[in-house]
Amino acid sequence: MKVIYILWLRQLKRYIRSKARIIGSLGQPLLFLVALGFGFGPIFQKAGQGNYIQFLAPGIIAMSIIFTAMFSGIEIIWDRQFGFLKETLVAPVSRLKIMVGRTLGGATVAVLQGIVVLLISLIAGFRPTNIPMIPLALVFMILVAILFTAIGTAIASLLDDMQGFHLIMTFVVMPVFFLSGALFPLDGLPRGVSIVASMNPLSYGVDGLRGTLIGVAHFGLATDLAVLIAVTAAFVAIGSYLFSKIQI
Amino acid sequence: MDKEIITVKDLTKTFNGLTAVDHISFSVQKTEIFGFLGPNGAGKSTTIKMLTTLLQPTSGSMLMNGHDPAEDPHKVRQTFGIVFQDPSLDDELTAYENMEFHCILYNVPKTIRRKRIEQLLKIVELWDRRKDLVKKFSGGMKRRLEIARGLLHHPKILFLDEPTLGLDPQTRNLIWLHIKELNKKEGITVFFTTHYMEEAERVAQRIAIIDHGRILTQGTPKQLKEKTRSQSLEDAFIKLTGRAIREEEATSTDRMRMRRRLFRR
Repeated sequence: MKVIYILWLRQLKRYIRSKARIIGSLGQPLLFLVALGFGFGPIFQKAGQGNYIQFLAPGIIAMSIIFTAMFSGIEIIWDRQFGFLKETLVAPVSRLKIMVGRTLGGATVAVLQGIVVLLISLIAGFRPTNIPMIPLALVFMILVAILFTAIGTAIASLLDDMQGFHLIMTFVVMPVFFLSGALFPLDGLPRGVSIVASMNPLSYGVDGLRGTLIGVAHFGLATDLAVLIAVTAAFVAIGSYLFSKIQI
Repeated sequence: MDKEIITVKDLTKTFNGLTAVDHISFSVQKTEIFGFLGPNGAGKSTTIKMLTTLLQPTSGSMLMNGHDPAEDPHKVRQTFGIVFQDPSLDDELTAYENMEFHCILYNVPKTIRRKRIEQLLKIVELWDRRKDLVKKFSGGMKRRLEIARGLLHHPKILFLDEPTLGLDPQTRNLIWLHIKELNKKEGITVFFTTHYMEEAERVAQRIAIIDHGRILTQGTPKQLKEKTRSQSLEDAFIKLTGRAIREEEATSTDRMRMRRRLFRR
């Protein structure tokens, strides 16, 4: 237990101390929110879909969470050669505990990041319509954060070089984000895109956030929650297994 | 003396048909300073990884303080400390926090934690800098901190993989001074690798030279020089391993090291 706590605490301390990293990682969501939000706003309105900032903000919150979470998972490639992770791998501690501690740490940082983006989006004009649902929104944020930290860990356990990092960004993170309904509604899409989106776990995270924050859900909150819990459990298991097999 | 703390017999490791370590056998005595030397790609790091439970051997047997790293990794992990070739400190934490985290990982009781940290940080002359973030430390200070950290849990054996690589002569001397002091004070066995032959000649009580995955010879520095009729250990080393420069292909770790040098510090 203490080991899990210390690994979690370590990542939290790192996050809080690296002010530059916090500010840097907020730039992108802010840009998306302002450029897309105000840029596509009028068209969205004309199409009869209402306020685009309202629609977009939950998607951008999800974006900042998956980027942060995936990164802290992928960071294992680096950390196991040039970082503290190597020190933990030779310590008399089980790999499972290391994996759990690291995942919780990465997920906590991602959720904090999501909360900061939520606050920023309030400044940009976003207004959650259902305040009592905010705790449930937080649950969705936590699930998405754990899921993508675990996916990052699983991928990082299979790679031995940072060069793979850009491939992951291009072929995993970006498609997962763009095809999740974070930027556009999932209703009335071409069949192919619609099928891909419904197989994308992030779609359910974005949908859950939208359902809780502005009361509009495509799949329904119960479905969102069930799918996310199942997928998260599966990937935590896969990530733990692959992580336990890491040889340096 | 005369008690083996590390025993290796016919240890072999192959990677996809390539033999990195080829039936090596050697032993290290309690409290001795043992040098494990060889050119790049000779199999030093692979051997250390197997002894320190990071890699499973293909065949052969090992005993570390009476336990087999392949069979009983948890027991073995408690018995050694290690300073890797690449740093494994957390840069964003202070020196003290790095030490404290190590104590928790190795179950050093809270009551003696502070005293032990103070004692070791004082030996490596970093006690005054305990509250500074590690990223502000120089290469030599980081190494000293890692050595101190590796000893927190009272290990029987300390592994040092090129502990003085990239440091200036003053710092190298200071580091060896600390290591020798700790070896005496704490009675620990030191197992190290290095490319600086004069360093090995000065500090090692016994040496094994490995090349192409095989142990070429072992003995005291004096014995090795006599055997090869050389003036210095460096001459003996060249006579044994040849003059050819090892042109290895860069591994993924080497590529990452390059990036690290480019982007940091």
